[in-house]
Amino acid sequence: MADTFDTSKPIYKQLIDQFYWKIIRGELKAGEKLPSVRETAVEVGVNPNTVSRTYNEMERAEVVETKRGQGTFVTENQQIIHELKEEMKQIQIKQFVREMEAMGYTAKEMIADLTRYLEEEYHDRG
Amino acid sequence: MIEVKNVKKRYLTKTAIEHITVNIPKGGITGLVGENGSGKSTFLKILAGLVRPTKGTVLVDGNVVSRRLADRIAYLSEQDTFYSFYRVKELVAFYETQFRDFNKERAEELISFMKLDLNSKIKTLSKGNRGRLKIVLTLARDAPVLLLDEPLSGLDPMVRDSIVKSLISFIDLERQTVLITTHEINEMEPLFDRVIAIKNGQILGMADSEEIRDQEGLTIVDWMKKKYE
Repeated sequence: MADTFDTSKPIYKQLIDQFYWKIIRGELKAGEKLPSVRETAVEVGVNPNTVSRTYNEMERAEVVETKRGQGTFVTENQQIIHELKEEMKQIQIKQFVREMEAMGYTAKEMIADLTRYLEEEYHDRG
Repeated sequence: MIEVKNVKKRYLTKTAIEHITVNIPKGGITGLVGENGSGKSTFLKILAGLVRPTKGTVLVDGNVVSRRLADRIAYLSEQDTFYSFYRVKELVAFYETQFRDFNKERAEELISFMKLDLNSKIKTLSKGNRGRLKIVLTLARDAPVLLLDEPLSGLDPMVRDSIVKSLISFIDLERQTVLITTHEINEMEPLFDRVIAIKNGQILGMADSEEIRDQEGLTIVDWMKKKYE
């Protein structure tokens, strides 16, 4: 519910991120219909006007499209979904690098540590 | 939609509110926030036409507020004032006779949403279910203005959650202008389009909720504290 949001940041933006994650992870597939504004509002516990704003912003970014009288759908354009994924990847990498830098690690150390971590992780998984 | 001009209310020697001037646009949910005794409830009662201001004017949709405007304004009191000998269905029928805008179908939808039993006697209802019933009777009206005084006060988390969800599900935000006073700001803030902070009977400020978050990086509680300083 409401406690899934950081209320010192705009809720409509956090909701956009939640939808983008769902699209990237394939929980919402290309061409799939989104719940109505009211349904989403009830589900996440926010004002329907906030959800409308989220839908409008995602539509402006061409990630979703609204078909008159039918509802809002995830785009079928794979290029846009691919770009979304790339963008999220950059954000995650940037965040990782920033925090490692803040702790005083060099680029070389980051790569070495990341490589070691991944080797162990995949080794553990077999 | 709601135009308040230089309103003052004095009870004998105590001034409850003064210098209140504010315009609340049509549609959306406005939160009235402030500490105990700040004048929130008095302000809401004046808007409802239940209390006459000592000075100033209040217009709702261009009409001066009085009890005669009650058919356009649904007011949810903090008090619990139902006839205890009624059953839920009798109370619904009574409300239907009292308010022309009472929508019986919506009342029934709300009753099932809140999982209330039409045959229960009011006096046997738990405090939580009486809180739910108050919301049912208020939201069942197609009134252009809804005024809710502390709808979550004293209720447990499950009941508060069902009330918050009922507000999201049943309010028509384009047609209805809603004002809510509350102490439970953390729970209500994702519902507010805008907030008004009140202290010592005066308005400290009004702001759009998402703008507070976007431009100041504050929660509504922190914004209110900042205004209070």
